[in-house]
Amino acid sequence: EKSKSSFFDKISRAVVGKSKVDDEVLDDLEEVLISSDVGVETTVKIIRRIEERVERDKYVSTSELDLILREEIAGLLSENNIEDTNGFTIPKKNVPYVIMVVGVNGVGKTTTIGKLASQFKANGLKVVLGAADTFRAAAVDQLVIWAERADVPIVKQAMGSDPASVAFDTIQSAVAQNADVVLIDTAGRLHNKVNLMNELTKIKRVMQKVIPDAPHEVLLVLDGSTGQNAFEQAKQFTQATEVTALAVTKLDGTAKGGVVIGISDQFQIPVKYIGVGEGINDLQAFNKMEFVDSFFKRNN
Amino acid sequence: MFQNLQDKLDKALHTLKGKGQITEINVAETVKEVRRALVDADVSYKVAKDFTSIVKEKALGENVITSLNPGQLMVKIVHDELAKLMGGEVAELKIDDNPTIILIAGLQGSGKTTFSGKLANFLKTKKNKKVLLVAGDVYRPAAINQLQVLGEQIGVDVYADLASKNPVEIAQAAIAQAKQNGNNVIIIDTAGRLAIDAEMMDEIRRVHQTVNPTETLFVVDSMTGQDAVNTAKSFNDVLNYNGVVLTKLDGDTRGGAALTIRTVVDKPIKFISTGEKMEALDVFYPERMADRILGMGDVVSLVERA
Ligand SMILES: Nc1nc2c(ncn2[C@@H]2O[C@H](COP(=O)(O)OP(=O)(O)OP(=O)(O)O)[C@@H](O)[C@H]2O)c(=O)[nH]1
Ligand SMILES: Nc1nc2c(ncn2[C@@H]2O[C@H](COP(=O)(O)OP(=O)(O)OP(=O)(O)O)[C@@H](O)[C@H]2O)c(=O)[nH]1
Ligand SMILES: [Mg+2]
Ligand SMILES: [Mg+2]
Repeated sequence: EKSKSSFFDKISRAVVGKSKVDDEVLDDLEEVLISSDVGVETTVKIIRRIEERVERDKYVSTSELDLILREEIAGLLSENNIEDTNGFTIPKKNVPYVIMVVGVNGVGKTTTIGKLASQFKANGLKVVLGAADTFRAAAVDQLVIWAERADVPIVKQAMGSDPASVAFDTIQSAVAQNADVVLIDTAGRLHNKVNLMNELTKIKRVMQKVIPDAPHEVLLVLDGSTGQNAFEQAKQFTQATEVTALAVTKLDGTAKGGVVIGISDQFQIPVKYIGVGEGINDLQAFNKMEFVDSFFKRNN
Repeated sequence: MFQNLQDKLDKALHTLKGKGQITEINVAETVKEVRRALVDADVSYKVAKDFTSIVKEKALGENVITSLNPGQLMVKIVHDELAKLMGGEVAELKIDDNPTIILIAGLQGSGKTTFSGKLANFLKTKKNKKVLLVAGDVYRPAAINQLQVLGEQIGVDVYADLASKNPVEIAQAAIAQAKQNGNNVIIIDTAGRLAIDAEMMDEIRRVHQTVNPTETLFVVDSMTGQDAVNTAKSFNDVLNYNGVVLTKLDGDTRGGAALTIRTVVDKPIKFISTGEKMEALDVFYPERMADRILGMGDVVSLVERA
């Protein structure tokens, strides 16, 4: 909090009574944004917007600058993020709503599924999990434990079996059980591995044999401590699976996850959730202003 | 990217062409481009800033070699400095103690358990060691199973105690068993933890104090962004680790975190992880990492032509 106010103090001291934001202020802003993983390109974009605003409005008071800054940054969080949602809206239909969860290794896919299952269940929805990571050591065991914690059924096969076949089974079983929502876990994969990316496309295709418009959501999970590589992740996963939503995890740490600003701006994919811990309740709906504010808070 | 940075540097330095030296005036714009390239590669903002001022010092007054234009010369200086910073003395793992105890630490999902398996496999097959893996993560769902599956794959024993929630006790009991069974290397896998989680950091401090490891390795995801500076420092403050392991380098990340970590804690990178398979382990080459961060494949050939 101390550093937050001192940052804004510094900005206002430098700006009040001037018609231009001076270089020192912009340098400070640049440092804050870059250190939050916003990236050079998006940072330059934000700074340019602020310069334009200040030029146009001539006089900017302390509180106005604070607001402008937050608005301009938040403005980049894509049109799709104008309204903060409360996460996914699951329609009550007679076919289950299928959510496929994808991402690179170790970002928090399986954990996020466990948390989501618990939230959906608490909202009175009937949930089924599909253990389509049949590759990583003990991946199925891990999801089984999450299914127990959330108290929801899980469909699984032996390790090493075809993930598309697990997804197919899961959706069939969910239809038979009259479930409301299906969460499909997939193995972590780096986006530059063509075969593994094609596998995702195949899993999608096979699901559609049961429910033609499945998956209804493809949730890309990004680790909040990832730097600019997250851009490439968003790009490649979107190409392979038409990602519809983002979740940013591990924001309980010191990483800021600023890279999602540029991502949601460029790819028009809304951020729906943030992960803030390893517990079952540590998943929150994304709140734009809180997210932006966190950039200006010092760690500890 | 190489062309990209090169082109930008050429442009920034074009006024210099035909002159014999790099001067203050034209170096300023260049330094900005280099800094931008580094930050784009996830090098910490401050580290990038400090690094470019070193580069600036080096570059000023440098004679332009006939076969290199000023832009190329600048790239060469940047590359050489980067490689120098990242390199230093060759950092072999110390494995002569009997038993050698290796403690593995890092953030959640960085690749600790997978690396523990790989290291065990490496020490078993390449160094003829009798290794014991220790399942010290009592929190993550199925963390113990995961290590057991890996142990089975590579034919290495795994010590686990499903009833205990105390990593210090687990480590102690494992060491006792290792001594009895004649294991000469003990690798302790631990739970992922955030550097700001005081309780969890205290736990690993206690494990560290109790087992007094020969090697403590900090495992970090090579895709890490600006946070690398905080995490690497905090873990070092608590564990004073001997070396760093960079994982997931089979991806296309530029890996600027490597420079950040090297700069803020001055600890050698001892291994790199390049895949999910147990064999995907490699030693670290500073030159290659420098090229990777700068996004240039063939700076070496460029420099050789000079
Ligand atoms: N602190 C923190 N840890 C998290 C969060 N989300 C997940 N984790 C931890 O991150 C690690 C990896 O999570 P997983 O859910 O296994 O990640 P994954 O993407 O399924 O991993 P793979 O399937 O191996 O690719 C685990 O230790 C989780 O407990 C979060 O929001 N905060
Ligand atoms: N592509 C690739 N994947 C890796 C590499 N190292 C680990 N992984 C994967 O990354 C994910 C996380 O690895 P783990 O070994 O479980 O990571 P961890 O640090 O033990 O995770 P926690 O115990 O949850 O903190 C798994 O999917 C691994 O298969 C690597 O070098 N390359
Ligand atoms: Mg998983
Ligand atoms: Mg682990």
